[in-house]
Order: sequence, then C-alpha cells, then structure tokens
Amino acid sequence: MAHRETFETVNGCKIRIMRGGQGAPLLYLHGALGVAAWMPFMERLSRRFDVIVPDHPGFGASDTPDWLDNVGDLAYFYLDAMKQFGLSGVHLAGASLGGWIAAEIAVRDCHPLKSLTLTAPAGIHVKGLSKGDIFMWSREQFLRNLAHDPKLGEAMLALPVSDAQQFTDMKNRLATAKLGWQPRLYNPNLAKWLHRISVPTLLVWGDDDKVIPPGYGPAFRDLIPGSRLEVFANCGHVPHTECTDKWVETVASFMQGAA
Amino acid sequence: MKFYAFHLMPYAALDPDYDKTHNAAWVTLPNSYYDPKIGHALYNRYLDELELADACGFDGVCVNEHHQNAYGLMPIPGVMAGALSRRTKNARIAVLGRALPLLNNPLVVAEEFAMLDNITAGRLVAGFVRGIGAEYHSWGANPAESHDRFHEAHDLILQAWTQPGPSKFEGKYYHFEYVNCWPRPYQQPHPPVWIPSQGSRETIEWASHPDRKYTYLQTFSPVTVLARYMTMYRETAKHYGYEATSEQVGWAVPTYCAETDEIAVREARPHIEFLFNKLLRMPPEMLLPPGYLSLASLQGVMQAKRALSTGNQTIEDMMEKGVFLCGSPATLREKLEKYQAEIGFGYLLPAIQFGTLPHELVRKSVELFAKEVIPHFRTRDAAGLRATA
Repeated sequence: MAHRETFETVNGCKIRIMRGGQGAPLLYLHGALGVAAWMPFMERLSRRFDVIVPDHPGFGASDTPDWLDNVGDLAYFYLDAMKQFGLSGVHLAGASLGGWIAAEIAVRDCHPLKSLTLTAPAGIHVKGLSKGDIFMWSREQFLRNLAHDPKLGEAMLALPVSDAQQFTDMKNRLATAKLGWQPRLYNPNLAKWLHRISVPTLLVWGDDDKVIPPGYGPAFRDLIPGSRLEVFANCGHVPHTECTDKWVETVASFMQGAA
Repeated sequence: MKFYAFHLMPYAALDPDYDKTHNAAWVTLPNSYYDPKIGHALYNRYLDELELADACGFDGVCVNEHHQNAYGLMPIPGVMAGALSRRTKNARIAVLGRALPLLNNPLVVAEEFAMLDNITAGRLVAGFVRGIGAEYHSWGANPAESHDRFHEAHDLILQAWTQPGPSKFEGKYYHFEYVNCWPRPYQQPHPPVWIPSQGSRETIEWASHPDRKYTYLQTFSPVTVLARYMTMYRETAKHYGYEATSEQVGWAVPTYCAETDEIAVREARPHIEFLFNKLLRMPPEMLLPPGYLSLASLQGVMQAKRALSTGNQTIEDMMEKGVFLCGSPATLREKLEKYQAEIGFGYLLPAIQFGTLPHELVRKSVELFAKEVIPHFRTRDAAGLRATA
C-alpha cells in the first residue's frame, strides 16, 4: 500500500504527516526517537486502517513552535488537529513518549476516539520502579537497550547514519528533554486523571523492556478502567518493531473488536 | 593587567584507578571515594592558598561552583567566599560563578552576593554561569531550558539589586510579587558582573550588549580559541557601536611558575595530567545533555568531529595548545606579553592549584609569580598610563 507524505499546518505549526491505507482512521504517535520512515508495522496496519503518522511538533521534519513546553501542549495540539482534519472514531495508538501523549489526549477528551492503544507508554511514575536513563545512554547503548534480541540492536547500529539523520536525532533528543527531563518522563498529575478514559484501552509491553520496565504495565492497567494488558515474552521496548507480527495481530484485532 | 588567583579545590586524594571501574569523575562516581578527614584538610589548605595569594598582592581571588564530582569541591561557593571575606584584606573576591539555571529561586543569589558585598565593603565580583552539562544530570535541572532560565534569572537578580523594592517580577519561570532584596549591594548600582564561558557566540552577543558590557572570561581553552573569542567580543562591541576595553575580557588558565622551565615542567607534570586525564573525565552524554548547546552550536561540534575528552593528554600537548601556562618567571613574562599584545585581555586568572599539586609547590609557585611576574606588568601598565596621560 503506497503512503503519502504531506505537510499540514495546525495552530500555526507545520508538521509532516505520513498517511496510507483505507478504513477507520488510526492515528499513530511515535516515541522519543521519531519515525525516519514508513515502517513495516505501519504498512501492515494500512491494509486495514487509514494510518496517519505525524512527526510531533519539535520532532523530525516538523516545526518547533514557541508554545511547546510540555506533553499537555501536544495533547491539545492533536485534539485540535483531529478536529481540523475532520477525524472522528479514531483509533489512537502511541508508543513510549507517544503513548504518554496519547494518554494525555484521552484524559482530556475521548469524544473523537474509538479506542486507545498504548505500547510501553511513559507518563506515570511508580516509586522504586526506575526507568532507563535514556539521556545518559550513548546512541549505541540506546539502540542496544531497545530490543530483547541483541541481533536487532546490532542491525540498527549497522545502518548508515547520514548527517541529516544525525541532526534529526539531536532535534528529537532536544524535544524529548524539553518534554521529559524533569520530572523524568512523567506527569505527576496524569495518574490522577487516567480514570477519565472512557474508550476501550489496550496496553502492550515487552517482558524485557529496559527503557520502561514491564512493572509499569499493571500500574497503567489498574488506573485505566476496563483496560487490558498484553505482555509479550522475549520482547523489549519496541514490540511493534521487534515482534511486528504479533503486535499487528493483537492491535488490529483489538481495534476491530472495539469498532 | 590584573591578576586573580583561581582555585578549583579538587579532591586531590582521588584514587587514580577509579577509572578502571567508573567512566566519570562526575555525577555517578560514588562518594565513598571521598574521605571527610582528608576533605577537612584540603578545604583548609585551599583557603590558605587563596589567602596567600591575597597577601602576595594578587588583585583578586576566585572560587566557583560544581556539583557531585571530584574535580571541584565547591557546590556552594558562597561558603568559601564567606570564609575568604574575613581573612583576605585587599583582594577582590570573585564567585565565578553561580549556576543560575539550576536554581528554583535565583533570588538566593541576589541575597548571597549582596551579603558578601556588604561584608567586604564592595570587594565582590558577581559571576553568573549555566554550569557545565554534567550539572544538569546531577541537579535534575532541564538542560533544554538552560539558556532561557539563565537570562530570566539574571534579569531577576539585576532587578533585585537595582530597582527600589518592593517590585514585581513577572517571568516565564519565576514570578514574584515582592522583590525586595535586604541587604542592598554595597557597590552601586551593583557589583561588577563577569561571565565565564568556554566560548559561545550567543554568550558574547549577550555579555557585550551595551546594556551590560560584562566582563567575558574564556576558561580552559587553547590560546587560538581564546584569541578567536576575544576578537569576536571586540567585533561584536564595534557592531553595537562602542569600543570594548581590555577590562571586558579575561582569561582563566592553570598556571605554574618555578625557578627554570625544566623544573616547572618536571614539578607540574603529574599534577596537571591528573587534572586533564582524571578529574575532567566524563562521557559526551554527560558533558553535553540535549539543549545545553543550541542545535546550531551542536551541529558545529558535529561537523568539526571534535573529540571530547578522549585520549590521554601530556603536559607537552597542553603547553603546546596553550591550555596550561608553565615555566620560569622569564618565560611566563614573555608568553603573557606576547599573548596580551596579540589578544589584549585585561584580566588573567591563573588557577594556582590544579589536580594533585601539593601545597608546598603551590606556595612556591604563587610567591614566585607574585614576586617575578606580576610586578613586571604593574610597572609596564603604570608606564603605559603615564605615556597616555
């Protein structure tokens, strides 16, 4: 399925959007590393959904607007964007930092949403349960720590990195710091508000997540009414990349069941 | 030229083999490496050394701020400045500086500096910095906000010093209904402000602005880099429509003076190499957290493919690059004459102790420098003044 790449302006902020497929709208919010390309899991989902993948304001090829201070700003931005694009009945999915943004959207307003899928989301803190210090990790350590299977880390490290990609990596890192340096990758108020989520919610976690440990899965599940947690065995922080088949099947059938 | 003795107050007793198990002398180096009994002796010895510099005729003594590391033991530099304020008699006391973006309430700096300025009858020099990147890991402060917080905290402190209180401050990060600094600073309108930096166009544009005309200090940089930024300061001032004076630029550099060049190199070698190879050791992610440098500056670093704290440096490398001044009085006079003629700084801030340099050598170097190097420039400057009078 071919995907299109366009630039759209919302609230004065120009963002890049990759979009492909047909069906109910599926808005996918990327994590701290951004999305360099149309990934296999996007392609697979686009066979059943209208998959919409923006670069967040501050990330990738999108503008960095003056108003960007915190994840709440992005939550309102995407609520405005869904309205502007005329989207309703949206299957909202987010991974890691994108999962945090998705949760912040859902606690504010579930009306445009049909379902919510959070893959190893950031956003809350459980005392004694440390996340990886992604800002202290070198690029090499970061890529090695993403996956359960060391071969996947090696494969990512083996890919050539252009100067342009290196610059985008720094831009993404800066935006991630702005949003999540302190308190580290969470909003102290989010846990109080998660009960407001009123659409079917799926949580997916790898049992060997070295970035956001799998102990966060039950914590989120207990805070979001009626949510379901799927833990993938032998899988790290990026199940959509590391365990694509299983992730796509689990997520797609959940979304179709919620429709 | 004026001479200010600088001290980093390192933990000189650091086990040199720490780097077999730890990748940094900062942030994550366990504080079990620190022995309070040794620390007690070091603190008092280091204060003695700055007091000696005052007694020998240095124009100023300097302390600074770093957190959670073995490189410099002054997380709260005001404590050292307070101790020095009563024991020194003539020297200015320069706190270079407080790391403003790390603070939840920068008014503490307005108050602390005003107190020091009152106790010393106006001998304080107020330094403002952003801290080095490692500080943002240690302190949890967001490096992406570093520049903006620095500027806003500075504005708040200057308002506290210069506007009749109580006044209101309405910023993005700081908001106060009652800014009303008791005590007011002794020096009016406020103590001189110095801005130490490792070199940045943004900092120079800000410091040299006609509203500020702050003294810019280039710290721990090769002479070529020093020359580049000093020139940049002068050109920026010209662009603003004024001529910068030599009082607006200074150079901080570790300095060692001994009887001959050969003795100086032999005596300084292990101690300066300890500073550069052991105490400054940290990975790039610790040194440069995201946002600490602007994306434009970072891109410059990336394109230059500059190696950061990699490989061991020898004393010869350091002297060659001019990041370390070392030699006989004659050699130091000659080098300083040359650098100053070429670069034109009005302040020299020799770090009188570095790494593991022991007290006896510090004392010898300080006394020799004060006796054989400083007077040369005093005579010359006085002659220059008469000539232009």
